[in-house]
Amino acid sequence: MSMLNRTASGGSVDRSKPLNFTFNGQSYRGFEGDTLASALLANGVHLVGRSFKYHRPRGIVAAGAEEPGALVQLETAEHTEPNIRATQIELYEGLVASSVNVWPSVDFDVSAINGLFAKLFTAGFYNKTFMWPRSFWMRLYEPVIRRAAGWGRAPTTSDPDLYDHMHDHPDVLVIGAGPAGLSAAVEAGRAGARVVLVDEQAEPGGSLLTLEREIDGQPGRDWVQDRIAELEAMPDVRILSRTVLFGYYDHNYLVAVERKTDHLPVMKRPGRIRQRTWHFRAGHVVLATGAHERPLVFADNDRPGIMLAGSVLTYLNRYGVFPGKEVVLFTNNDGAYETALALHEQRLKVAAVVDVRHQVTGALPARVRALGIPVFAGHALSATRGGKRVSAVEVRPVQQGAGKLTGAGRWINCDLVAMSGGWSPVVHLFSQSQGRLEFDAGKSAFVPAHAVPAQTVAGAANGDFLLKDCLLAGREAGRNGVLAAGLKPKRRKPAAAVHEPETAPMEPVWLVPGREPVGVGKAKHFVDLQNDTTAADIALATREGFESSEHVKRYTLTGFGTDQGKTSNINALGILSGLLDRPLGEIGTTTFRPPYTPVAYGALAGRNIGRWSDPVRTTSIHPWHEGNGARFETVGQWHRPWYYPKNGENLQAAVNRECLAVRNGVGVLDASTLGKIDIRGPDAAEFLNRVYTNAWSKLGVGRIRYGLMCREDGMVFDDGTTARLAPDHFLMTTTTGNAAVVLDWLEDYLQTEWPDLRVYCTSVTEQWATVSVAGPKARRVLEKLAPEMKLGPDDFPFLSFQEGTVAGMAARIFRISFTGELTFEINVPWHQGLALWKAVMDAGEEFGITPYGTETMHVLRAEKGFIIVGQETDGTTTPQDLGMDWIVSKAKPDFIGKRSFTRSDTSRPDRKQLVGLLTEDPETVLPEGAQLVFDPHAPKPMPMVGHVTSSYYSAALGRSIALALVKGGQDRMGQHVFAPLEGGTVTAVLTSPVFFDKEGERQDGEI
Amino acid sequence: MLKIECPWCGPRHETEFRYGGEAHRVRPEKPDSLTDEAWAAFLFMRTNTKGAFAERWCHVNGCRRWFNVLRHTVSHEILAVYAMGEVPPVPGARKEGGQ
Repeated sequence: MSMLNRTASGGSVDRSKPLNFTFNGQSYRGFEGDTLASALLANGVHLVGRSFKYHRPRGIVAAGAEEPGALVQLETAEHTEPNIRATQIELYEGLVASSVNVWPSVDFDVSAINGLFAKLFTAGFYNKTFMWPRSFWMRLYEPVIRRAAGWGRAPTTSDPDLYDHMHDHPDVLVIGAGPAGLSAAVEAGRAGARVVLVDEQAEPGGSLLTLEREIDGQPGRDWVQDRIAELEAMPDVRILSRTVLFGYYDHNYLVAVERKTDHLPVMKRPGRIRQRTWHFRAGHVVLATGAHERPLVFADNDRPGIMLAGSVLTYLNRYGVFPGKEVVLFTNNDGAYETALALHEQRLKVAAVVDVRHQVTGALPARVRALGIPVFAGHALSATRGGKRVSAVEVRPVQQGAGKLTGAGRWINCDLVAMSGGWSPVVHLFSQSQGRLEFDAGKSAFVPAHAVPAQTVAGAANGDFLLKDCLLAGREAGRNGVLAAGLKPKRRKPAAAVHEPETAPMEPVWLVPGREPVGVGKAKHFVDLQNDTTAADIALATREGFESSEHVKRYTLTGFGTDQGKTSNINALGILSGLLDRPLGEIGTTTFRPPYTPVAYGALAGRNIGRWSDPVRTTSIHPWHEGNGARFETVGQWHRPWYYPKNGENLQAAVNRECLAVRNGVGVLDASTLGKIDIRGPDAAEFLNRVYTNAWSKLGVGRIRYGLMCREDGMVFDDGTTARLAPDHFLMTTTTGNAAVVLDWLEDYLQTEWPDLRVYCTSVTEQWATVSVAGPKARRVLEKLAPEMKLGPDDFPFLSFQEGTVAGMAARIFRISFTGELTFEINVPWHQGLALWKAVMDAGEEFGITPYGTETMHVLRAEKGFIIVGQETDGTTTPQDLGMDWIVSKAKPDFIGKRSFTRSDTSRPDRKQLVGLLTEDPETVLPEGAQLVFDPHAPKPMPMVGHVTSSYYSAALGRSIALALVKGGQDRMGQHVFAPLEGGTVTAVLTSPVFFDKEGERQDGEI
Repeated sequence: MLKIECPWCGPRHETEFRYGGEAHRVRPEKPDSLTDEAWAAFLFMRTNTKGAFAERWCHVNGCRRWFNVLRHTVSHEILAVYAMGEVPPVPGARKEGGQ
């Protein structure tokens, strides 16, 4: 197919490089330098999709990031990406794209029948129509709406592309490489500042790529090339094209995404970074983000072939494409006349220029009139015709201010309408940075009024639409950056001589009247083309009481979606202002939030995917666990052995076997992950007195004590054992997942509350590997490895520690127990952990030593009623709730949490308290988290009195056991509680939480 | 994301720090002598300032030291950075660390 609508020459496309592409299964050709949108228009394709709610035919409206409608599904299979704006896709050989939201095809769309049900789909239809009956929503309405509404399809396979992240700290970050941004970058670069210039397009130049302008006698495009060449020659300047600055956060932290391979054929991309996310912390930011043209809101303004006038000029001048051959322009300002002149120069028929202004006196209109082109001043488009493309428009005289039509209409045939409602500064990034906007009545636009520190807005983004002003403002912005960097700006050169047309003032028009009042009849005045929001929807919202711009936005969906209302917001606000009869400045804008344009998840994730998504911590013994078939459990970032299945055992079988081995023989656990904090200093004992609930001053050297930590509110925060290695030296252990938090907690108190205490804390978790040998035969194993040590209960009693040589390694051995069995926790330097483990396994072989994992550890401690912080506690549990009053000192004057134990809330008798549960049926294992009630026949909702915190099958006891927190539980021993579950109610009796060896006779093992 | 001037390490991204809430809340010397109301006020009540607010930060992914920051809660401008135990500077009297 030939390119019907291509000019003979001109533009920045490379006509020597044709490219083949496919849209909706049809093959087309374009040129290098085209976007998908310009190439489609060159082939006469206007109809590219269907609208969101009504499935009306939709075409290409704009030429850049502001495009509301032309969303496509790009590429297929694993490379597919939904909802990409055709106006921002650079054409490449073999590109494949298709329409979104069309079924079965863009040309024949059965869902257009939605248009007949338009009354159902007014603002708030989700909330109103489908509330009742509720079951219909899930079964009927929701699936139908899901199919009919929405846009493209998310890829279903994982993303094959590579992404990465970079950080930079420029003196001056310039956003936008149009005339203002280029001037700023050059000014800053010349003074020696480190400059980064970011531009979203493939080609720098901004408006100079569209408008024919001369700067100092030089064509605009040549001026751009010279500036880029100068910047490229500077050593400290980085130019990032194809880079969208999408987020502007506090203190000049900005984030951008650079498209590195998206413009290349898919087959040429593998092995290369597809997109790079840039993080900037800039000294000074220059926002030169330009302006977006506004559509006019008139009756049936959504037909394909109705475009923005400035975009038509862009297609003509930059891409050498004319989107139509018979054109009507509709405007409220002089800018559209420039498009009319350019179209005429290409010998296209300009059927009419329709201008809502009654006084049309500018130089540009005069030139248009001189060419014999009819100019209808004080007229408006009151209706349009056309199916899949606009075919005619009705022109009628309109009142001054466009409030009412005043006369008869005439129809004019056309295949393109180029409209202009004036220009809106692109203030998205400015607003993200918390800059304040003000409504400028003269420009009829929201413009930056108060910028955050270290930022300058320049050019059209600041409401300066003339090129000569842009150049000057850019230069001054660059100088601001230079001064902020502590450098000396170069002397100012005289302002450039600019040749550009004079323009007369525009006249704001937010809503163009139709033949019938808005909302009456079939015609629709579209405000937001992406969300199918009409002027009638906004009127409905105000009738229903929504007046705040933020509420109207949410009720009507204006400004939602992938374009975030770049073309629609201002018109919606203008219409709202008219409806409420309040000035626009008072209505204000809705909030601009990042991202400026959608960003792929892959770009945000960068390299932090798969095994790099989160660090994995393993112990020095990990290779042995892996080699011996351990299943792993994630605890914090640690991978800990969960259980070691043998001969195809399942979890329960393996845990039963491991538990019995520890109870009857000997088992071994890798306890290296336990948090270990080395605490030193003359005031260390005093410090422990303050952070633990029990007393520490009298703990002898070589002895160990269990401690409980609370927060100031009296709730249990962590627990563990601490050994006194020397008078001024302790080794504290913490729970595995809480090690870093506890260290931070200790540091907080030492640095901020008690800086007078001479105490130093050091994390030594990864300095010591810990092998815990537990069971009645544990001593037998250790005797073989440490023949010189005296290990009997008198020489090495429970809760003491010794240093010695184990298997030839210098070791610290702690006699503590989390199982109730005789246990030696052997600590050696981290790198020797594996050697120690192997030595223990060899020595224990004759006793049937059995490695066990975290699951067995949990069962064994639950049998003994030992708590796990975070399982039996949840931040609302006091030591008293846990029945651990014995560990709370009455003698100490103060410790963290003490005062709170006498608060009214913590001394309530009906607090949830730790109890044991024995189910009536010993084989039933309650699910952890199950809610408990006292009366299973109580009417629903039943009063819930507690929940199961731990629940296991105990092989040693031959039945299930559970721990629970139950209201007033400690006074209800022997009574029943009930767990109403899906499969029936489970009955259990409250008991002591200690199920096994209540007297603690086993802790010294076989003597 | 704030840029915070650690008094020991210099300017760093906010992600290196941990927030510690309102500054200059002193743990009572003798909690036992406090009424329930006074103790509850210490535990639970915080000021919710619009404007210059003294707060604690800890450079957890750096030197691990705690320090105080005077920050404007609307603009996020950092008006001062000062050591634990120091009196908060009067906002405006000494303006530093801002953007």
